Amino acid sequence: MSEGALPPNVTVEMAEEPPASGPRRMVLNMGPQHPSTHGVLRLRIELDGETVVRCQPDIGFLHTGIEKEFEVKTYQQAVTLTDRVDYLAPLSNNLGYCLAVEKLLGLEIPPQAQWMRVMLTELTRLNSHLVWLGTHALDIGAMSVFLYCFREREEILRIFEMFSGQRMMTSYFRIGGLALEPPRGWAQRVGKFVDMFPGRVDEYEDLLTNNRIWIGRTRGVGVIPLEDMLDLGVTGPMLRAAGLKIDARKDEPYSGYERFDFEVPTRAENDVYARYQVRVEEMRQSTRIVRQAMDGMPAGPWKADAPHVVLPDREKMKTQMEALIYHFKIVTEGFRVPAGEVYQTIESPRGELGFYVVSDGTAQPYRVHMRTPSFGNLQAVPKMVEGALIADLIASIGSTDFVLGDVDR
Amino acid sequence: MLPDSLRDRGVALAVEAFDADALRGGRFDRGEVTLEIAPARIHSVCGYLKYDRKFVRLSSVTAVDRHPASPRFEVVYHLHSIESNLRVRLKCRLPDGDPAIDSVASVWRSANWYEREVFDLFGIRFTGHPDLRRIMLPDDWEGHPLRKDYPVTGSRV
Repeated sequence: MSEGALPPNVTVEMAEEPPASGPRRMVLNMGPQHPSTHGVLRLRIELDGETVVRCQPDIGFLHTGIEKEFEVKTYQQAVTLTDRVDYLAPLSNNLGYCLAVEKLLGLEIPPQAQWMRVMLTELTRLNSHLVWLGTHALDIGAMSVFLYCFREREEILRIFEMFSGQRMMTSYFRIGGLALEPPRGWAQRVGKFVDMFPGRVDEYEDLLTNNRIWIGRTRGVGVIPLEDMLDLGVTGPMLRAAGLKIDARKDEPYSGYERFDFEVPTRAENDVYARYQVRVEEMRQSTRIVRQAMDGMPAGPWKADAPHVVLPDREKMKTQMEALIYHFKIVTEGFRVPAGEVYQTIESPRGELGFYVVSDGTAQPYRVHMRTPSFGNLQAVPKMVEGALIADLIASIGSTDFVLGDVDR
Repeated sequence: MLPDSLRDRGVALAVEAFDADALRGGRFDRGEVTLEIAPARIHSVCGYLKYDRKFVRLSSVTAVDRHPASPRFEVVYHLHSIESNLRVRLKCRLPDGDPAIDSVASVWRSANWYEREVFDLFGIRFTGHPDLRRIMLPDDWEGHPLRKDYPVTGSRV
């Protein structure tokens, strides 16, 4: 690479490769700042007329070395890093990481904390799917859907703020339970939301489901055989839109999901439209789960009875010497986690989110690897778009629902 | 040799029956099966697990740097069988120097990017990989950040 001639992230791989054969091929660079790539993704596309012949994603623009940073934080501090991976589903990431460390510790989480976690991760799923639906429709040209979706998303963010004091980077789940006591009046707020929300999903469906332009742009587009998807590492709603009933909440239940009654929606068509239908139905199912969690919320403590891991209550700190000592030790040096390794998966809004945590017995993780769903899903994009029209590329990309922070970490 | 904790795990017995020399050990801990595989046999063991034991999904490939212990690197594979709802972790130990292992990208295409990530951040080469380039960092980056001897802070002028 000649010094200074190109921005550091523009690779010279194009110049080194043999020129595309055939007289009419054109190479198009889409991104890294293209609005439809949902972040900083660069696609190098070879075109024959309007047909995509070859598509090569170029990622890494958002790589921030989060996995390295885990190794210099204590276990509890590292929770805040997980928010910043998939910034549309922060609580799902919190949950995956906390469950992994709790598995290493062998920690029992009280029922109220578990149910609260389920309720809030399902609200996170709604939040993520709303952003997806709004931006996906915007990409394809239906602008008003975006405004409707963000109206409801705002209410979810306000609920998050009520719980954690933060709208996006919540860090509300901590190892051993929750960060703060659930706020007074949360049930009314969440109750109002779940009463209102199903009607709002109907509104989105009124705008899109039978919309001729929407159907024309999405039906039969972005089809990729199920075997290819499994082989390429795709997970989540994309597999379910291809008829495979796979969902970690049902198959490998965590945080008490086995006690909730919900369906795993599937479709057989395996196109962009089917993925839309699956995600819309997931929104309805998530609303059901939120309602069940709210109605059946068990009483009791919201953090585990593990003084060496969980910070003590404020009153105890002022009256009990032991509590003060534990507080000091947890804050200054963290807590030791028994040596070992675990791989904990959860069903994030995008698919299989796995946390591989290795402990060497000290207070800092020895190694944390995040198996993020967006990374796997993005790998299938070339297979999905090659041979299709460039106009369908945007719809296909949108239907994979990746977050670049989740891809690059 | 199969440790006692794995005696009643079907997948461990199957791998032992398939290639006893490939299996270097393993453990059953916190409900998770870990099998340690000889690096030279990883490709054949993965092929066997995918096609004969229906581990159709490769969840992730990653590595752990045990610096300064020896052998230094562990390459870790997480496999998932949807049919039997099972997960298994394979682990290969590689020495320092020029760590290299056979690529499994011809078994699961998803390994393509997973292995590129490990190559990029740990400097482990995957022989037979179709497109082994850096994936996260710029092509002219020096060093491999997730190695333990790579500093967390500070800048190279």
